[in-house]
Amino acid sequence: MPWRLLRFGLSKSHPEPRMFTTHDKLKPSYDVVIIGGGGHGLASAYYLARDHGITNVAVLEKGYIGGGNTGRNTTIIRSNYLTPEGVKFYDRSVQLWQDLSEEFDLNLFYSTRGHFTLAHTDSALRTMRWRAEVNKHYGIASEVVGPEEVKRATPQMDLSCGGHAPIMGALYHAPGAVARHDAVAWGYGRGADMRGVEIHQQTAVTGIELRAGKVVGVHTTRGFIATNKVICAVAGFTPRITDMVGIRTPIYVHPLQAMVSEPMKPWLDSILVSGSLHIYVSQSARGELVMGASLDPYEVQSTRSTLDFPEGLSAHLLDMFPFLSHVKVVRQWAGMADMTPDFAPIMGKTAIDGFYLDAGWGTWGFKATPVCGKTMAWTVANDCPHELITGFSLDRFRNYSLTGEKGAASVGH
Amino acid sequence: MKLMTCPINGTRPISEFAYWGEIRPVPDADTCSDAQWADYVFNRNGAPGVKKEWWCHTPSNTWFIAERDTEKDKVLRTWLHGDDK
Repeated sequence: MPWRLLRFGLSKSHPEPRMFTTHDKLKPSYDVVIIGGGGHGLASAYYLARDHGITNVAVLEKGYIGGGNTGRNTTIIRSNYLTPEGVKFYDRSVQLWQDLSEEFDLNLFYSTRGHFTLAHTDSALRTMRWRAEVNKHYGIASEVVGPEEVKRATPQMDLSCGGHAPIMGALYHAPGAVARHDAVAWGYGRGADMRGVEIHQQTAVTGIELRAGKVVGVHTTRGFIATNKVICAVAGFTPRITDMVGIRTPIYVHPLQAMVSEPMKPWLDSILVSGSLHIYVSQSARGELVMGASLDPYEVQSTRSTLDFPEGLSAHLLDMFPFLSHVKVVRQWAGMADMTPDFAPIMGKTAIDGFYLDAGWGTWGFKATPVCGKTMAWTVANDCPHELITGFSLDRFRNYSLTGEKGAASVGH
Repeated sequence: MKLMTCPINGTRPISEFAYWGEIRPVPDADTCSDAQWADYVFNRNGAPGVKKEWWCHTPSNTWFIAERDTEKDKVLRTWLHGDDK
Protein backbone atom coordinates (compact mmCIF):
# COMPACT_ATOMS: atom_id res chain seq x y z
CA MET A 1 0.00 0.00 0.00
CA PRO A 2 1.18 3.58 -0.57
CA TRP A 3 2.82 4.98 2.57
CA ARG A 4 3.00 8.51 1.27
CA LEU A 5 -0.11 9.73 3.09
CA LEU A 6 1.10 8.39 6.45
CA ARG A 7 4.54 9.97 5.97
CA PHE A 8 2.88 13.22 4.93
CA GLY A 9 0.75 13.20 8.08
CA LEU A 10 3.79 12.74 10.33
CA SER A 11 6.00 15.17 8.42
CA LYS A 12 6.84 18.59 9.83
CA SER A 13 7.39 20.32 6.49
CA HIS A 14 4.23 21.20 4.60
CA PRO A 15 3.19 21.45 1.89
CA GLU A 16 4.94 18.68 0.03
CA PRO A 17 6.86 19.55 -3.14
CA ARG A 18 5.07 19.95 -6.43
CA MET A 19 4.63 16.92 -8.68
CA PHE A 20 6.91 18.18 -11.47
CA THR A 21 9.83 20.51 -11.90
CA THR A 22 9.03 23.57 -13.99
CA HIS A 23 11.78 24.25 -16.49
CA ASP A 24 12.24 27.87 -17.57
CA LYS A 25 13.79 27.06 -20.92
CA LEU A 26 13.80 24.31 -23.50
CA LYS A 27 17.19 22.74 -24.15
CA PRO A 28 18.55 23.15 -27.71
CA SER A 29 18.31 19.39 -28.28
CA TYR A 30 16.89 16.21 -26.83
CA ASP A 31 17.36 12.52 -27.66
CA VAL A 32 13.59 12.04 -27.81
CA VAL A 33 10.76 14.58 -27.97
CA ILE A 34 7.30 13.36 -26.99
CA ILE A 35 4.39 15.43 -28.26
CA GLY A 36 1.49 15.18 -25.84
CA GLY A 37 1.60 15.18 -22.03
CA GLY A 38 -1.25 12.76 -21.52
CA GLY A 39 -1.01 9.32 -19.97
CA HIS A 40 0.43 7.71 -23.10
CA GLY A 41 3.14 10.33 -23.66
CA LEU A 42 4.16 10.48 -20.01
CA ALA A 43 4.18 6.68 -19.70
CA SER A 44 6.42 6.49 -22.78
CA ALA A 45 8.78 9.01 -21.15
CA TYR A 46 8.70 7.09 -17.88
CA TYR A 47 9.62 3.74 -19.43
CA LEU A 48 12.23 5.32 -21.74
CA ALA A 49 13.96 6.64 -18.62
CA ARG A 50 13.35 3.68 -16.31
CA ASP A 51 13.80 0.70 -18.64
CA HIS A 52 16.10 2.04 -21.33
CA GLY A 53 18.18 4.70 -19.56
CA ILE A 54 17.11 7.36 -22.09
CA THR A 55 16.57 10.42 -19.90
CA ASN A 56 17.36 13.33 -22.23
CA VAL A 57 13.69 13.49 -23.13
CA ALA A 58 11.22 16.37 -23.39
CA VAL A 59 7.46 15.94 -23.11
CA LEU A 60 5.71 18.86 -24.82
CA GLU A 61 2.14 19.58 -23.78
CA LYS A 62 0.16 22.42 -25.32
CA GLY A 63 -2.29 22.58 -22.40
CA TYR A 64 -1.74 20.99 -19.02
CA ILE A 65 -0.78 17.46 -17.96
CA GLY A 66 -3.60 14.96 -18.31
CA GLY A 67 -6.04 17.64 -19.52
CA GLY A 68 -6.89 15.82 -22.74
CA ASN A 69 -8.45 12.42 -23.13
CA THR A 70 -6.53 11.08 -20.10
CA GLY A 71 -8.79 13.21 -17.91
CA ARG A 72 -11.90 12.86 -20.10
CA ASN A 73 -12.44 9.11 -20.34
CA THR A 74 -14.69 6.97 -18.14
CA THR A 75 -11.67 5.14 -16.60
CA ILE A 76 -12.66 1.58 -17.48
CA ILE A 77 -9.84 -0.98 -17.61
CA ARG A 78 -10.38 -4.42 -19.17
CA SER A 79 -8.80 -6.90 -21.56
CA ASN A 80 -11.75 -8.87 -23.00
CA TYR A 81 -11.13 -7.85 -26.60
CA LEU A 82 -11.86 -9.76 -29.80
CA THR A 83 -8.63 -10.18 -31.78
CA PRO A 84 -5.61 -12.16 -30.52
CA GLU A 85 -3.47 -9.01 -31.03
CA GLY A 86 -5.83 -6.94 -28.92
CA VAL A 87 -6.34 -9.52 -26.19
CA LYS A 88 -2.60 -10.10 -25.66
CA PHE A 89 -1.89 -6.38 -25.69
CA TYR A 90 -4.63 -5.30 -23.26
CA ASP A 91 -3.92 -8.28 -20.98
CA ARG A 92 -0.34 -7.06 -20.58
CA SER A 93 -1.76 -3.66 -19.72
CA VAL A 94 -4.06 -5.07 -17.03
CA GLN A 95 -1.04 -6.86 -15.52
CA LEU A 96 0.97 -3.63 -15.48
CA TRP A 97 -1.91 -1.74 -13.82
CA GLN A 98 -1.76 -4.02 -10.76
CA ASP A 99 1.56 -2.62 -9.49
CA LEU A 100 1.28 1.02 -10.51
CA SER A 101 0.07 2.56 -7.22
CA GLU A 102 2.95 0.89 -5.40
CA GLU A 103 5.45 1.83 -8.09
CA PHE A 104 4.39 5.50 -8.10
CA ASP A 105 3.76 5.66 -4.33
CA LEU A 106 0.53 7.36 -5.35
CA ASN A 107 -2.94 5.95 -4.82
CA LEU A 108 -4.56 5.48 -8.22
CA PHE A 109 -7.77 4.15 -6.61
CA TYR A 110 -7.42 1.11 -8.85
CA SER A 111 -10.54 -0.84 -8.06
CA THR A 112 -11.36 -4.25 -9.56
CA ARG A 113 -15.14 -4.38 -9.97
CA GLY A 114 -16.07 -7.01 -12.53
CA HIS A 115 -17.32 -5.92 -15.94
CA PHE A 116 -20.59 -6.97 -17.59
CA THR A 117 -21.15 -6.39 -21.30
CA LEU A 118 -24.91 -6.87 -21.60
CA ALA A 119 -26.45 -8.71 -24.54
CA HIS A 120 -30.00 -7.76 -25.53
CA THR A 121 -30.08 -9.69 -28.82
CA ASP A 122 -29.06 -13.08 -30.19
CA SER A 123 -26.40 -11.51 -32.37
CA ALA A 124 -24.88 -9.66 -29.41
CA LEU A 125 -24.81 -12.91 -27.44
CA ARG A 126 -23.06 -14.59 -30.36
CA THR A 127 -20.30 -11.93 -30.33
CA MET A 128 -20.00 -12.38 -26.53
CA ARG A 129 -19.44 -16.12 -26.97
CA TRP A 130 -16.83 -15.45 -29.63
CA ARG A 131 -15.06 -12.96 -27.39
CA ALA A 132 -15.23 -15.32 -24.39
CA GLU A 133 -13.60 -18.13 -26.39
CA VAL A 134 -10.80 -15.91 -27.72
CA ASN A 135 -10.27 -14.51 -24.21
CA LYS A 136 -10.16 -17.94 -22.55
CA HIS A 137 -7.71 -19.19 -25.17
CA TYR A 138 -5.30 -16.47 -23.99
CA GLY A 139 -5.94 -17.22 -20.30
CA ILE A 140 -8.18 -14.24 -19.57
CA ALA A 141 -11.07 -14.54 -17.11
CA SER A 142 -14.04 -14.05 -19.41
CA GLU A 143 -17.29 -15.99 -19.63
CA VAL A 144 -20.84 -15.73 -20.89
CA VAL A 145 -23.35 -15.58 -18.03
CA GLY A 146 -27.14 -15.60 -17.91
CA PRO A 147 -29.53 -12.85 -16.83
CA GLU A 148 -29.76 -14.34 -13.32
CA GLU A 149 -26.06 -13.62 -12.72
CA VAL A 150 -26.53 -10.04 -13.89
CA LYS A 151 -29.45 -9.74 -11.47
CA ARG A 152 -27.36 -11.16 -8.61
CA ALA A 153 -24.60 -8.62 -9.20
CA THR A 154 -26.98 -5.70 -9.77
CA PRO A 155 -30.33 -6.38 -8.08
CA GLN A 156 -31.51 -2.81 -8.79
CA MET A 157 -31.60 -3.40 -12.54
CA ASP A 158 -34.78 -3.78 -14.57
CA LEU A 159 -33.72 -6.83 -16.59
CA SER A 160 -36.36 -6.09 -19.22
CA CYS A 161 -34.86 -2.58 -19.71
CA GLY A 162 -38.23 -0.91 -19.87
CA GLY A 163 -39.71 -3.88 -21.72
CA HIS A 164 -38.07 -3.16 -25.07
CA ALA A 165 -34.55 -4.54 -24.67
CA PRO A 166 -34.64 -7.54 -22.29
CA ILE A 167 -31.23 -8.78 -21.17
CA MET A 168 -30.49 -12.24 -22.59
CA GLY A 169 -27.08 -12.65 -21.04
CA ALA A 170 -23.75 -10.92 -20.63
CA LEU A 171 -20.04 -11.28 -21.13
CA TYR A 172 -18.58 -11.22 -17.62
CA HIS A 173 -14.97 -10.16 -17.16
CA ALA A 174 -13.93 -10.38 -13.50
CA PRO A 175 -10.70 -8.31 -13.82
CA GLY A 176 -12.63 -5.28 -15.15
CA ALA A 177 -11.56 -2.25 -13.11
CA VAL A 178 -11.72 1.51 -12.77
CA ALA A 179 -9.00 3.94 -11.67
CA ARG A 180 -8.51 7.62 -10.97
CA HIS A 181 -7.47 8.76 -14.40
CA ASP A 182 -5.69 12.08 -13.79
CA ALA A 183 -3.53 10.45 -11.09
CA VAL A 184 -2.20 8.10 -13.76
CA ALA A 185 -0.78 11.05 -15.70
CA TRP A 186 0.63 12.59 -12.52
CA GLY A 187 2.19 9.30 -11.40
CA TYR A 188 3.91 8.70 -14.73
CA GLY A 189 4.85 12.38 -14.96
CA ARG A 190 6.43 12.49 -11.52
CA GLY A 191 8.25 9.20 -12.13
CA ALA A 192 9.63 10.50 -15.43
CA ASP A 193 10.51 13.89 -13.90
CA MET A 194 12.42 12.21 -11.05
CA ARG A 195 14.49 10.32 -13.63
CA GLY A 196 15.48 13.45 -15.55
CA VAL A 197 12.73 13.80 -18.17
CA GLU A 198 11.64 17.41 -18.74
CA ILE A 199 7.91 18.12 -18.86
CA HIS A 200 7.04 21.37 -20.63
CA GLN A 201 3.43 22.43 -20.29
CA GLN A 202 1.93 25.32 -22.32
CA THR A 203 4.27 24.37 -25.17
CA ALA A 204 2.59 23.67 -28.50
CA VAL A 205 4.30 22.09 -31.49
CA THR A 206 3.96 24.26 -34.58
CA GLY A 207 6.02 22.24 -37.06
CA ILE A 208 8.33 19.29 -37.51
CA GLU A 209 11.57 19.72 -39.42
CA LEU A 210 12.50 16.91 -41.80
CA ARG A 211 15.64 16.35 -43.83
CA ALA A 212 15.82 13.55 -46.43
CA GLY A 213 12.85 11.76 -44.87
CA LYS A 214 14.26 11.97 -41.35
CA VAL A 215 13.17 13.98 -38.33
CA VAL A 216 15.77 16.59 -37.39
CA GLY A 217 13.82 18.86 -35.07
CA VAL A 218 10.59 20.28 -33.74
CA HIS A 219 9.33 23.86 -33.90
CA THR A 220 7.41 24.95 -30.82
CA THR A 221 5.76 28.10 -29.51
CA ARG A 222 8.86 28.47 -27.32
CA GLY A 223 11.50 27.91 -29.98
CA PHE A 224 13.20 25.20 -32.02
CA ILE A 225 14.45 21.90 -30.59
CA ALA A 226 16.84 19.59 -32.44
CA THR A 227 15.96 15.91 -32.14
CA ASN A 228 16.03 12.76 -34.25
CA LYS A 229 13.15 10.99 -32.56
CA VAL A 230 9.60 12.20 -32.04
CA ILE A 231 6.73 10.28 -30.48
CA CYS A 232 3.32 11.66 -31.39
CA ALA A 233 0.79 10.78 -28.65
CA VAL A 234 -1.88 13.44 -29.07
CA ALA A 235 -5.17 11.53 -29.57
CA GLY A 236 -7.67 13.81 -31.34
CA PHE A 237 -4.92 16.20 -32.47
CA THR A 238 -3.12 13.43 -34.41
CA PRO A 239 -4.17 14.53 -37.93
CA ARG A 240 -2.83 18.05 -37.27
CA ILE A 241 0.58 16.60 -36.34
CA THR A 242 0.71 13.97 -39.13
CA ASP A 243 -0.13 16.74 -41.63
CA MET A 244 3.09 18.48 -40.48
CA VAL A 245 5.16 15.51 -41.71
CA GLY A 246 2.93 14.69 -44.69
CA ILE A 247 1.74 11.29 -43.52
CA ARG A 248 -1.76 10.19 -44.56
CA THR A 249 -3.75 8.23 -41.96
CA PRO A 250 -7.27 6.83 -41.76
CA ILE A 251 -7.92 8.74 -38.53
CA TYR A 252 -11.17 10.67 -38.27
CA VAL A 253 -12.16 12.68 -35.23
CA HIS A 254 -15.55 12.66 -33.56
CA PRO A 255 -16.31 13.92 -30.06
CA LEU A 256 -17.05 11.36 -27.37
CA GLN A 257 -19.07 12.75 -24.51
CA ALA A 258 -19.41 11.63 -20.90
CA MET A 259 -21.15 12.82 -17.77
CA VAL A 260 -21.39 12.17 -14.03
CA SER A 261 -24.29 12.18 -11.62
CA GLU A 262 -24.37 13.69 -8.18
CA PRO A 263 -22.65 11.45 -5.59
CA MET A 264 -24.64 8.65 -3.98
CA LYS A 265 -23.94 6.02 -1.35
CA PRO A 266 -22.24 3.04 -3.01
CA TRP A 267 -24.78 0.76 -4.67
CA LEU A 268 -23.27 -0.19 -8.03
CA ASP A 269 -20.30 -2.55 -7.64
CA SER A 270 -19.98 -3.71 -11.23
CA ILE A 271 -19.10 -1.89 -14.42
CA LEU A 272 -22.00 -2.22 -16.86
CA VAL A 273 -21.85 -1.81 -20.61
CA SER A 274 -24.68 -2.12 -23.09
CA GLY A 275 -24.02 -1.87 -26.79
CA SER A 276 -27.72 -1.88 -27.65
CA LEU A 277 -28.62 0.89 -25.21
CA HIS A 278 -25.39 2.79 -25.99
CA ILE A 279 -24.34 3.13 -22.39
CA TYR A 280 -21.56 2.34 -20.01
CA VAL A 281 -21.77 3.12 -16.33
CA SER A 282 -19.81 2.59 -13.14
CA GLN A 283 -19.78 4.22 -9.72
CA SER A 284 -16.63 6.10 -8.80
CA ALA A 285 -14.87 6.15 -5.43
CA ARG A 286 -16.60 9.51 -4.87
CA GLY A 287 -20.02 7.93 -5.37
CA GLU A 288 -20.77 9.58 -8.69
CA LEU A 289 -22.12 7.51 -11.54
CA VAL A 290 -19.66 7.88 -14.40
CA MET A 291 -21.48 7.43 -17.69
CA GLY A 292 -20.59 7.36 -21.34
CA ALA A 293 -22.32 6.54 -24.59
CA SER A 294 -21.47 6.29 -28.26
CA LEU A 295 -19.60 8.79 -30.40
CA ASP A 296 -21.21 11.98 -31.60
CA PRO A 297 -22.71 11.32 -35.04
CA TYR A 298 -20.50 13.62 -37.08
CA GLU A 299 -16.95 14.98 -37.28
CA VAL A 300 -16.02 17.84 -34.95
CA GLN A 301 -12.48 18.69 -33.80
CA SER A 302 -13.36 20.41 -30.55
CA THR A 303 -14.53 19.47 -27.07
CA ARG A 304 -17.93 21.14 -27.16
CA SER A 305 -20.76 19.19 -25.56
CA THR A 306 -24.45 19.00 -26.46
CA LEU A 307 -27.81 18.71 -24.69
CA ASP A 308 -28.82 15.78 -26.92
CA PHE A 309 -26.20 13.69 -25.19
CA PRO A 310 -27.40 13.80 -21.55
CA GLU A 311 -31.01 13.52 -22.77
CA GLY A 312 -30.36 10.35 -24.75
CA LEU A 313 -28.05 8.79 -22.21
CA SER A 314 -30.38 9.51 -19.29
CA ALA A 315 -33.31 7.92 -21.13
CA HIS A 316 -31.31 4.74 -21.64
CA LEU A 317 -30.01 4.73 -18.09
CA LEU A 318 -33.59 4.98 -16.79
CA ASP A 319 -34.52 1.95 -18.89
CA MET A 320 -31.97 0.01 -16.84
CA PHE A 321 -32.42 1.74 -13.49
CA PRO A 322 -35.82 3.47 -13.21
CA PHE A 323 -35.12 4.37 -9.55
CA LEU A 324 -32.53 6.94 -10.69
CA SER A 325 -35.20 9.27 -12.08
CA HIS A 326 -34.58 11.95 -9.43
CA VAL A 327 -30.78 11.82 -9.58
CA LYS A 328 -29.15 14.92 -11.02
CA VAL A 329 -26.43 15.16 -13.64
CA VAL A 330 -23.72 17.46 -12.33
CA ARG A 331 -21.10 17.56 -15.09
CA GLN A 332 -20.72 16.68 -18.73
CA TRP A 333 -17.79 17.05 -21.08
CA ALA A 334 -16.31 15.76 -24.32
CA GLY A 335 -13.03 14.43 -25.64
CA MET A 336 -11.84 14.21 -29.23
CA ALA A 337 -11.70 10.55 -30.24
CA ASP A 338 -9.19 9.68 -32.98
CA MET A 339 -11.07 6.83 -34.62
CA THR A 340 -9.73 4.16 -36.99
CA PRO A 341 -11.72 2.06 -39.48
CA ASP A 342 -10.95 -1.23 -37.68
CA PHE A 343 -11.20 0.10 -34.10
CA ALA A 344 -7.60 -0.90 -33.35
CA PRO A 345 -4.85 1.64 -32.62
CA ILE A 346 -2.02 2.82 -34.88
CA MET A 347 1.32 2.32 -33.18
CA GLY A 348 4.99 2.19 -34.02
CA LYS A 349 7.24 3.34 -36.84
CA THR A 350 6.14 5.33 -39.87
CA ALA A 351 7.50 6.12 -43.33
CA ILE A 352 9.34 9.08 -41.76
CA ASP A 353 12.53 7.95 -40.04
CA GLY A 354 12.34 8.95 -36.37
CA PHE A 355 8.62 9.75 -36.34
CA TYR A 356 6.74 7.28 -34.13
CA LEU A 357 2.97 7.21 -33.81
CA ASP A 358 0.89 6.28 -30.79
CA ALA A 359 -2.52 7.15 -32.17
CA GLY A 360 -5.89 5.88 -33.25
CA TRP A 361 -6.85 5.46 -29.62
CA GLY A 362 -10.42 6.50 -30.33
CA THR A 363 -12.63 5.49 -27.44
CA TRP A 364 -10.37 2.77 -26.01
CA GLY A 365 -7.07 4.37 -24.99
CA PHE A 366 -7.08 4.87 -21.22
CA LYS A 367 -6.87 1.19 -20.28
CA ALA A 368 -3.84 0.81 -22.56
CA THR A 369 -1.81 3.61 -20.95
CA PRO A 370 0.80 1.40 -19.21
CA VAL A 371 1.33 -1.03 -22.08
CA CYS A 372 1.48 1.83 -24.61
CA GLY A 373 4.22 3.50 -22.60
CA LYS A 374 6.09 0.25 -22.25
CA THR A 375 5.88 -0.80 -25.92
CA MET A 376 6.41 2.68 -27.39
CA ALA A 377 9.53 3.16 -25.22
CA TRP A 378 10.85 -0.21 -26.39
CA THR A 379 10.02 0.61 -30.01
CA VAL A 380 11.84 3.95 -29.87
CA ALA A 381 14.84 2.63 -27.94
CA ASN A 382 15.32 -0.26 -30.40
CA ASP A 383 13.95 1.48 -33.52
CA CYS A 384 11.91 -1.66 -34.13
CA PRO A 385 8.26 -2.34 -33.31
CA HIS A 386 7.69 -4.22 -30.05
CA GLU A 387 6.22 -7.69 -30.70
CA LEU A 388 2.94 -6.73 -28.98
CA ILE A 389 2.26 -3.88 -31.44
CA THR A 390 3.17 -5.40 -34.81
CA GLY A 391 -0.55 -5.87 -35.55
CA PHE A 392 -1.15 -2.14 -35.05
CA SER A 393 1.20 -0.61 -37.63
CA LEU A 394 0.03 2.14 -39.98
CA ASP A 395 1.08 -0.08 -42.92
CA ARG A 396 -1.90 -2.36 -42.38
CA PHE A 397 -4.13 0.12 -44.19
CA ARG A 398 -1.83 0.04 -47.22
CA ASN A 399 -1.78 -3.74 -47.22
CA TYR A 400 -5.50 -4.30 -46.60
CA SER A 401 -4.63 -6.33 -43.47
CA LEU A 402 -6.85 -4.80 -40.81
CA THR A 403 -7.11 -5.81 -37.15
CA GLY A 404 -10.90 -5.93 -36.74
CA GLU A 405 -11.69 -4.95 -33.17
CA LYS A 406 -15.09 -3.38 -33.78
CA GLY A 407 -17.08 -6.00 -31.86
CA ALA A 408 -15.21 -5.32 -28.64
CA ALA A 409 -13.88 -1.78 -28.73
CA SER A 410 -16.76 0.29 -27.48
CA VAL A 411 -20.51 0.74 -27.69
CA GLY A 412 -22.77 1.81 -30.48
CA HIS A 413 -20.42 1.43 -33.41
CA MET B 1 -30.67 22.82 -30.53
CA LYS B 2 -28.23 22.50 -33.39
CA LEU B 3 -29.78 23.37 -36.73
CA MET B 4 -29.04 22.39 -40.32
CA THR B 5 -30.65 23.83 -43.43
CA CYS B 6 -31.91 21.32 -45.97
CA PRO B 7 -31.98 22.94 -49.44
CA ILE B 8 -35.46 21.46 -50.02
CA ASN B 9 -37.12 21.38 -46.59
CA GLY B 10 -35.51 24.35 -44.87
CA THR B 11 -34.01 24.64 -41.41
CA ARG B 12 -34.50 21.60 -39.17
CA PRO B 13 -32.96 20.12 -36.00
CA ILE B 14 -29.70 18.39 -36.82
CA SER B 15 -31.06 15.14 -35.38
CA GLU B 16 -33.09 14.84 -38.61
CA PHE B 17 -29.88 14.63 -40.64
CA ALA B 18 -27.27 11.97 -41.24
CA TYR B 19 -23.63 12.78 -41.88
CA TRP B 20 -21.91 10.91 -44.70
CA GLY B 21 -18.40 12.29 -44.62
CA GLU B 22 -16.24 14.60 -46.64
CA ILE B 23 -16.67 14.65 -50.42
CA ARG B 24 -13.65 12.84 -51.87
CA PRO B 25 -12.71 12.21 -55.50
CA VAL B 26 -12.93 8.53 -56.44
CA PRO B 27 -9.88 7.25 -58.31
CA ASP B 28 -10.50 5.26 -61.49
CA ALA B 29 -10.59 1.67 -60.23
CA ASP B 30 -9.37 0.31 -63.56
CA THR B 31 -6.22 2.38 -63.79
CA CYS B 32 -5.20 3.27 -60.24
CA SER B 33 -2.65 1.25 -58.25
CA ASP B 34 -3.51 -0.83 -55.15
CA ALA B 35 -1.83 1.81 -53.00
CA GLN B 36 -3.95 4.61 -54.51
CA TRP B 37 -7.08 2.55 -54.00
CA ALA B 38 -6.11 1.79 -50.36
CA ASP B 39 -5.53 5.50 -49.83
CA TYR B 40 -9.04 6.21 -51.14
CA VAL B 41 -10.68 3.41 -49.13
CA PHE B 42 -9.04 4.04 -45.77
CA ASN B 43 -7.34 7.41 -45.47
CA ARG B 44 -9.17 10.55 -44.42
CA ASN B 45 -8.49 14.22 -43.98
CA GLY B 46 -8.86 14.24 -40.17
CA ALA B 47 -7.53 17.74 -39.53
CA PRO B 48 -10.01 20.53 -38.85
CA GLY B 49 -11.00 22.95 -41.59
CA VAL B 50 -13.83 24.15 -43.78
CA LYS B 51 -14.95 20.97 -45.54
CA LYS B 52 -17.56 20.03 -48.12
CA GLU B 53 -19.55 17.09 -46.81
CA TRP B 54 -22.40 14.81 -47.82
CA TRP B 55 -25.45 15.11 -45.59
CA CYS B 56 -28.89 13.54 -45.88
CA HIS B 57 -32.19 14.83 -44.53
CA THR B 58 -33.41 11.39 -43.47
CA PRO B 59 -37.22 11.90 -43.31
CA SER B 60 -37.29 13.06 -46.95
CA ASN B 61 -34.11 11.25 -48.09
CA THR B 62 -32.76 14.50 -49.52
CA TRP B 63 -29.05 14.27 -50.21
CA PHE B 64 -27.13 17.51 -50.33
CA ILE B 65 -23.77 19.13 -49.74
CA ALA B 66 -22.91 21.19 -46.67
CA GLU B 67 -19.89 23.39 -46.28
CA ARG B 68 -18.96 23.26 -42.61
CA ASP B 69 -16.20 24.45 -40.31
CA THR B 70 -15.42 21.19 -38.50
CA GLU B 71 -13.57 22.86 -35.61
CA LYS B 72 -16.24 25.43 -34.77
CA ASP B 73 -19.04 23.07 -35.88
CA LYS B 74 -20.56 25.87 -37.91
CA VAL B 75 -22.52 25.19 -41.11
CA LEU B 76 -21.59 27.87 -43.65
CA ARG B 77 -23.92 26.94 -46.52
CA THR B 78 -25.80 24.00 -48.03
CA TRP B 79 -26.83 23.20 -51.59
CA LEU B 80 -28.00 20.35 -53.79
CA HIS B 81 -25.42 18.46 -55.82
CA GLY B 82 -25.17 20.14 -59.22
CA ASP B 83 -26.29 23.57 -57.96
CA ASP B 84 -22.72 24.69 -57.29
CA LYS B 85 -21.73 24.88 -60.95
